[in-house]
Order: sequence, then structure tokens, then C-alpha cells
Amino acid sequence: MKQQSESRVHQSYLRHSKKFPNVWCAGCGIGIVLGAIIRAVDGLGLDKNDVAMISGIGCTGRMPVYVDFNTMHTTHGRAIAFATGLKMVKPRMKVIVVMGDGDALAIGGNHFIHAARRNIGLTSIVVNNSTYGMTGGQHSPTTPSGVNTATTPYGHIEQQFPIAELAVTAGASFVARSTVYHIRELEKYIAQAIAKEGFSLVEALSYCHTTLGRINRWGTAADMMRRLKEQSVTIKQAEGMDADEREGRIVRGIFADRDIVEYTQLYDRIIAQAQGEGA
Amino acid sequence: MTVRLMQGDEACAEGAIAAGCRFFAGYPITPATEIAEVLARRLPQVGGRFIQMEDEIASLAAVIGASVGGAKAMTATSGPGFSLMQENLGYAAMTEIPCVVVDVQRLGPSTGRPTSPSQGDVMQARWGTHGDHPVIALSPSSVRESFDLTVRAFNFAERYRTPVIILMDELIGHMRECIELPEPGRLEVVDRQETRVPPEWYKPFENFPEGSNVNVPALVAFGEGYRYHITGLHHDELGYPTDRPEEIQPWLDRIFRKIERSLSDILLYESEGIEDADTLVIAYGATARSALHAVERARERGRRVGFLKLQTIWPFPEEVIVYASSRLHHVVVPEVNRGQLVLEVERVVGRHKVTRVNRADGEMIRPNEIVAAIEELEGAA
Repeated sequence: MKQQSESRVHQSYLRHSKKFPNVWCAGCGIGIVLGAIIRAVDGLGLDKNDVAMISGIGCTGRMPVYVDFNTMHTTHGRAIAFATGLKMVKPRMKVIVVMGDGDALAIGGNHFIHAARRNIGLTSIVVNNSTYGMTGGQHSPTTPSGVNTATTPYGHIEQQFPIAELAVTAGASFVARSTVYHIRELEKYIAQAIAKEGFSLVEALSYCHTTLGRINRWGTAADMMRRLKEQSVTIKQAEGMDADEREGRIVRGIFADRDIVEYTQLYDRIIAQAQGEGA
Repeated sequence: MTVRLMQGDEACAEGAIAAGCRFFAGYPITPATEIAEVLARRLPQVGGRFIQMEDEIASLAAVIGASVGGAKAMTATSGPGFSLMQENLGYAAMTEIPCVVVDVQRLGPSTGRPTSPSQGDVMQARWGTHGDHPVIALSPSSVRESFDLTVRAFNFAERYRTPVIILMDELIGHMRECIELPEPGRLEVVDRQETRVPPEWYKPFENFPEGSNVNVPALVAFGEGYRYHITGLHHDELGYPTDRPEEIQPWLDRIFRKIERSLSDILLYESEGIEDADTLVIAYGATARSALHAVERARERGRRVGFLKLQTIWPFPEEVIVYASSRLHHVVVPEVNRGQLVLEVERVVGRHKVTRVNRADGEMIRPNEIVAAIEELEGAA
């Protein structure tokens, strides 16, 4: 029953005039994240007219075109900067920025940390599959050391960017991490992130079975999803582990939830001050 | 009527406010920083918003985002930042989002000489972003023109749903002149076109038939009940990605048509003494000041020299130049670069008629350098 009603919810947010099917490979985790976003928006009772979804380039960048919000597919890495301009002039809108790990952390890394520092009221959702899927499995800023990718045929020698921890350090109001296996948790975190006034980040761990998974012989989409389940622990579980046990684990949970006055609200005070002086 | 002593950069900022600009995003860079500084103070006074971004790429991205939100929006930079903006400039052209990009040119390439004047970005303004697209670029030659052309730039951006570039140069940006500011009510200000159709009929990228008088679909702001899609991919009339040539071609034709059909509105220029001239000097930006002096001096010495000052440099005012130069023996084109817009002049009037006067060493071209070029011309009376 629940499944049926959820399907109806999804349908009511998808664009029927859009040419389906979608661009994602069968078994991809991005659709799971999109479903979680739709249910979160629906659960919050937001008006579709007040929701914008903005993306950059890549597989996740294709997400907005399918949903019936105000949607914008921008340039690679710059979605947060476009969203910043929109939020500045339409502060009442809920602006959701969806990005992949390469989009958000490599080419767009600077915009990501500065939006967090500024604490502007954007909800950023990073689908982290630790590779560039659309271009065929090159290494991204979140690719684990040692694995093979299309551009590291002898093994990857760089360290991973910890996305959630980076956002906490940069000053975000709300930061959480979950996986596409833990869909209820993911949906809950996304709802909390959208409800938050300041800059929020939800990192959704996913996988790419058709590129990175194939290169490293990690099996099917189901096999890779099982790995997300088995590798991940909650923050509380992680606290009880020593460094060796924690190695290679995905730590899920809420990493920051703090009340800092949101940027456009602070700017409203600037306007009041400037107009007061002018009068 | 208020008379004020101000810089070209400041006049540009005031022109933006007068044109209804209510959002600016930028990144500090000489010699354009003053535009940001003035707007940081002025915009909140009129209920607008200013933000200093982390770089120039983000600045133009935020400007486009704000324009999608319904605000008239602008950024200002110089050569190095203008280079960084090229990708998003193409995005604005592709998605037909109105915005104004000011490039206060400085000597390049690379860091070059930040406080030296230049006209080295003329071709970058035209071809800097990849792919085929029309461009509007205006170049002021005085502080007052900096104000006026900024107003015009916003009007063009809104009327034609296109990014508009203001190619200023360091000399005009940093020069101070006493100017009279027009009364706000006396300015022509073009606001964003409203749609007359309900959301379910709205086509944000409608390709009107070729014979239609309308070539620019209305752009409804996000958050106003018209939910639609914008993408830098080639798209159909609803904004959804397409790879069908029969959908790409009409769009491409229309974005060129919307500019080409309106040249009488877009092409701005001033001319002097071209009726009896056998030699024409064509100049734009700060160089037009030296050129005007040179023309006056040459005429005092009995030479029949005319002057054409281009305020619109892209689209290149081909018809104006063909008309002005039909009876001429010589065309002199001074530019503070190694020869950029002159390539267009040569294409139109033929290389044999054209004399170049160039400098790209950080100094302005002086009037006597242009006079000398005129006097060397064979057969000039």
C-alpha cells in the first residue's frame, strides 16, 4: 500500500511532458536520491512554485529536467554559484542544488566551500559515486586511494576528500551523510536539510557499477549496494571503533546542525541599514 | 539636472542603478573594482543586492541566477576575469538570459599591465566563448557615455534576452569628468517583457516563424508559477534537451535573427564631416578621443577627413561603414591593440583602403600619431 502511494507521489512530481526514459543506467543510485528528494519535498508540504532545483554537469546534473519544479541545468561545477544569485533575489524560494562528487568537489570545490562559509540558504545534495560516471570512470576527488580508474590504470595515488567533514569545517548549518541503501534515513536527512534556513549539505553515498565497478570487478549494482550497507556505520558505532576498525568505513549521521543566521537574512539587515542612512 | 565629477567606473555603476539593475556579483580586479565598490554601497540603498563572489566564474553564474530570479543583473571585470567568464557568457547566450558584463580592458595578455589602457579584448568579446552565437558589445569613449551605454546595455539585454558586453577601457574607467546626469524619468528604461499566456501554454524558448515580427519569447522569473526548465544543452521550445537537428536549427536561426532584425536599434555611432571626406577615421572607446583631436587637426590643415565613432562594436556595423566609405579613398583605424576591429573594417572596405594605427605597449595612441598616418596617405588632399 505504502509503495503504491509513494509511487503516486513520485508521479505527481515528475514532468509528463518530458521525454522519458531517463539517461541513467539501470540500477543507478541517482534515481533513488531523486525519489528521496521528492518525498522530502512532499512531506514538507512545499509549493512546487517555490522550489528550484539547480544542477551542474554529469549524471546527477541531469536530475532537474525530470521534476516539476523551477529547474536549471547549468555549467560544470557552477550550480552553487548560479543558485546563490537566485537565492539572493528570491530568498523565499527553497533552492536545492544537486551535484555529483566531481561537479561539487573538483571543478566546483571553491564554490562549495564558499557557499558553506557564507551560510547562504541553499540545500546542496551531493550524490557521491566516487567517480566521473558520464565520461566513463575517471578518478574523482572522492575516489579511494589504490583503486583503478580510467585515468589511473596503475592505481589511484591521491587521498579522498571527506565531503561532509569539509562542509562542517567550511561553516555549513546542517551536514549529514547517508547512502542510497539507507533510503528512509536519506529522505529524513534531505527533509531536515531543506527545512534548515542556512547552507545545508546531504552527502548521499552511491556507486557506479557500469564504470568504476566494472573496471575494479566489484560486481553488479546490487553487489555494490550491499557493500554500502556492509561498510557503513552510524556516528555512534564509529565512536566505539578504533582507527583500524574505522578504516574504509562510511560513517552515517548528522555531523552538524547549528543555528547561524542565514546570509540573505543578514543581507536584509544591510538593506535596512543602507536605506535608513539614505533617509 | 545634477552635475557631478565622476569616474567612468562610477558612471557605469550609476547608469546600472538608473537602468534598474538590482543585483551585482563580482570579484575585485583592477581597473574595474570601483564599479563593485560603488554598487556595494548603492545597491542596498535602492533595495538591491550586492555580493562579492569567490571568483569571476561564480560572479557571472550568480548574475545569471539572479536574472532567472527576475532581477536586472550585472558583473564587472577586466581581461583576466573576462577570460574566466567566457563559459558562462556562452551559457547566457544559449539560455537567452539577460545580463550585462562590463569588461574594463587592461593591457594583456595574462596579468599584463593592470593600470594601462587597452582595447585587446575586442575579439574575445566576439569569439571568446565556444560555439556560434550573436553578441552585443558597446564601447564608451567618455564618462557620460559610460553612464548612457550602461543604460542602453540593460535595455538591449532585456529587449533581446541576451548577454550584453560593455567593453570599457582603463582610461575611461579611471578618468574623471564633470557630467550631467539625466533625470531618472527622462531615461528610456526597458523592463522585462511579460508573458500573456498561462503556464500550461508558456514556451520559454518559442521559435516564432521566420516571418514573425516577434523573435524574443518572454522570460518569466523562477518562482512566479511558471515552472520550466533551463539548460545549456541544445533544447526544444519548452527548454528540454534535444539532439534533433530540426529543433536545433530553428533555435539557432532565431537567436541570430533577433539581433539581425534589430540592427537599426542596436547599432549606435556618431559621425562627423563624412559628407565631403576622402579619408575616414574609424575609432571607438578611449581611442576615439585621440582620433577626434586628430581629425580636427587634419581638417585645420586642409585635409578632407571624416570621423566615425562606433559605440556599438558588436554586431559590427557593416552597413554603416559601407555607406560611409563608399566614396572614400582611405580609412584609418587607430586601436590600442595589434589590430582587431580593423580586421572587420578591412573585410568590409577592402584591405587596400585601410591604414592601421596601433599601439599595445601600455600607452594611449596620441592624436599626432593619427595625424601623421593621415598625412602619409598618398593622394590625400
